[in-house]
Amino acid sequence: MAETEGSEAAEDGHVEETRRDFLQLATGAFAVVGAAAVAWPLVHQMNPAADTLALASIEVDISGIEIGQAIKVKWRGKPVFIRHRTPAEISAAAKIARDDLVDPEEDENRVKEGKAQWLILVGVCTHLGCIPLGTSQGETKGEFNGWFCPCHGSHYDTSGRIRKGPAPRNLEVPEYTFLNDTVVKIG
Amino acid sequence: MVKFQKPAWLDNSLVRWVDHRLPVFSFMSHELYEYPTPRNLNYWWNFGSLAGIVLVIMIVTGITLAMHYTPHTDHAFDSVERIMRDVNYGWLIRYIHMNGGSMFFIVVYIHIFRGLYFGSYKAPREILWILGVVILLLMMATAFMGYVLPWGQMSFWGATVITNLFSAIPWGIGDWIVTLLWGGFAVDNPTLNRFFSLHYLLPFLIVGVVVLHIWALHVHGSNNPIGIDTKGEQDVIPFHPYYTIKDMFGLGVFLTFFALFVFFAPNFFGEPDNYIPANSLSTPAHIVPEWYFLPFYAILRAVPDNFIGGWTTEWLGFIIFEAKLAGVLAMFGAIAVLFILPWLDRSPVRSSRFRPMYKWFFWIFLIDCLVLGYVGAKPAEGVFIIIGRVATAWYFIHFLVVIPLLAKFETPKELPKSISEPVLGGGAEPVVAASKAMEKA
Amino acid sequence: MKIIKTLMVAGIFGLVASSSQAAGDAAPAPEHYWKHSGLFGTFDRGALRRGFKVYNEVCSGCHSLRLVAYRNLEDIGFSEAEVKRIAAEREFPSEPNEDGEIENRPGLPSDRFKSPFPNDNAARASNNGALPPDLSLIVKARIGGADYIQALLTGYKDAPTNVTVPEGMNYNEYFAGKLIAMAAPLQEDGVEYADGTKATVKQQAEDVVTFLAWTAEPELEERKRMGVKVILFLLLLTGLVYVVKRRVWAKVH
Repeated sequence: MAETEGSEAAEDGHVEETRRDFLQLATGAFAVVGAAAVAWPLVHQMNPAADTLALASIEVDISGIEIGQAIKVKWRGKPVFIRHRTPAEISAAAKIARDDLVDPEEDENRVKEGKAQWLILVGVCTHLGCIPLGTSQGETKGEFNGWFCPCHGSHYDTSGRIRKGPAPRNLEVPEYTFLNDTVVKIG
Repeated sequence: MVKFQKPAWLDNSLVRWVDHRLPVFSFMSHELYEYPTPRNLNYWWNFGSLAGIVLVIMIVTGITLAMHYTPHTDHAFDSVERIMRDVNYGWLIRYIHMNGGSMFFIVVYIHIFRGLYFGSYKAPREILWILGVVILLLMMATAFMGYVLPWGQMSFWGATVITNLFSAIPWGIGDWIVTLLWGGFAVDNPTLNRFFSLHYLLPFLIVGVVVLHIWALHVHGSNNPIGIDTKGEQDVIPFHPYYTIKDMFGLGVFLTFFALFVFFAPNFFGEPDNYIPANSLSTPAHIVPEWYFLPFYAILRAVPDNFIGGWTTEWLGFIIFEAKLAGVLAMFGAIAVLFILPWLDRSPVRSSRFRPMYKWFFWIFLIDCLVLGYVGAKPAEGVFIIIGRVATAWYFIHFLVVIPLLAKFETPKELPKSISEPVLGGGAEPVVAASKAMEKA
Repeated sequence: MKIIKTLMVAGIFGLVASSSQAAGDAAPAPEHYWKHSGLFGTFDRGALRRGFKVYNEVCSGCHSLRLVAYRNLEDIGFSEAEVKRIAAEREFPSEPNEDGEIENRPGLPSDRFKSPFPNDNAARASNNGALPPDLSLIVKARIGGADYIQALLTGYKDAPTNVTVPEGMNYNEYFAGKLIAMAAPLQEDGVEYADGTKATVKQQAEDVVTFLAWTAEPELEERKRMGVKVILFLLLLTGLVYVVKRRVWAKVH
């Protein structure tokens, strides 16, 4: 009985089978596409939401910052130092030889052309993440007149470059643009 | 006779290596693939698997929502609106979860009514049925707490009304329970916070009970539309591919129905008042629970003021029963009767197809439930009071009077010998059956 | 029998759903055409812009819109520059300065619309004890939705002779109880539209209601677009699965 059944299927069923397989394949493919379309929103909902992204860039009015002064602003949850450098600070930064630097980088690459007096840095020590001192009035600027991290003793210079201490890299320069002479957009 | 085609991947060496140490693959193959299922199941049998799938959808969307929701009275409403406006696809996930709750009850109510019509609660499936009622109770608790979380007007006032019910329990115990539930002197932040915790927990308890429910099912297998036990191989077919593909088709139809609501009428099942932030100093004109609670709400409000109160005070003196308590007992009683249904219904015939009198009463009962639902949405005034009371009385009469009496007095129709018999017109001989099947092919 | 049952369930659903078109004893709001209704509806962009103007110049004096951020206006056709300007019209408290004082700063696109009052009590004090509700969700928070708000805004008329209107209240047949604390907010030509549309009361109402329908459901257009695709996909997939099902079951039937 079973044998007859099987061979009967084999004879008739050859063309049947190909059609059936294609149909099953097409259906399966559709179902997979559907499943992927369902999965994507469930993953994407973890990406930053619209209100978080709205704060991805900030505009700062720097007209109030006197020469020699610096301010701290919050950007993407982190502090950002904006220092209005004196000509002395700028030339001190330019004069340093590459060999003296732990993380060699030219000062002119860390500022915008024509705006060398504006130094904008992410105020997070590249060692273990503390906030270096040197922005507010009265805070020590460390041996190189830039910033000093009190946690483990890293010293940064007037270009925010690491000179002494355990930090491996210079203070990060965030993406920024001058919208005009008094407003800078960070991020 | 339909033989199960063992899939090739089961012979794969990696699969066999794992299976030898932890037999997950052969277990799945046995329970989901080979599993012998009556060949005559109709589409009313799709709703069990649909309920399981909706449970998974609710858990997945719920967990993703919980990534953005804040269970504090100051922030709950706004965090839900943030999900709707700012979170990527947040509106979609929220609407799926919100409408999924309604879908879950639609599917489960149909599943239950299928059980009532075809006698699926009868021996040897009593525990299967009871586990189902437990799942229903857990679902109701979960849904109730979930509705509180957005902290809208209905969330707050629905929570206030329903938690206040427990104060009906006499001798001071009720008040103590209510204070314990609230964590304070009214529904407030402590209540919201603990409802969030429990709302997250309960669905996993439901998963556990569902596992037991399916386990109990697999001991004796599914019931079927004619209610006759399967007698041999000619009566069954392997679950895969027949019911796997049929369940997938049912799923497709269901998802289309679900999608129509999510995308084009996402607030159909809801109440506009819940888009107003909760205000403890302003009661909405009509406090209405979600639609799936309406029949029970109607029963709760149906009990008249001097119902048990007058009678018991007279005869028992020191025990004061308030109408409120009677209403609460009636509401829980409506579910309690479901627990004892297998013992109320002593008729040896399972399926309504062969029980002409019971069939009528089944439809009357269904209409009664719909009437109760309708009344539950109306204010407790005028003609609705009388309709609600009649419908409530009938609900209990159906279970406690009609069903036991039917078992005694109903003459069932003649039962077929077996599942295959009506189709093949012969005896239960597998060989004979197989040859007939070939002739048809 | 099954068909009867399905029809009954649908019937009860329909009854319950349609049975409450108006709250309490208010007149039911007449149906109004909205471009954003229906399966393929989209918001009328011109109406959104005009409606925002009505909100900004008329309603925002008493009604907050605290769930909407200025940046959201970019989704309905306002440019980044326009949004910055609109946001900067209002002042917001800044973070505390070094002395602990809070100063004012101009609004940013990321800010949410500023409320006219600092808290509910101040709102009540300015409005005869009545609290003007926040309008972000008002279209979803009222039975009748956009139709209701439209009827309400255009429905002010003199009370019938048998109704006494107390001091400070106004007669509006669409409001529950028919007496509303808000005076008719829209005046003929009360707003000047940049696109030259005549600012009748009805026009202003339609525009601000369209705007508020958007604030309540900013996802509406994306939702309906996605819905059409999802339903078509599901119908196709279900159809395919059905054919496969029939083929598989052919052996058994």
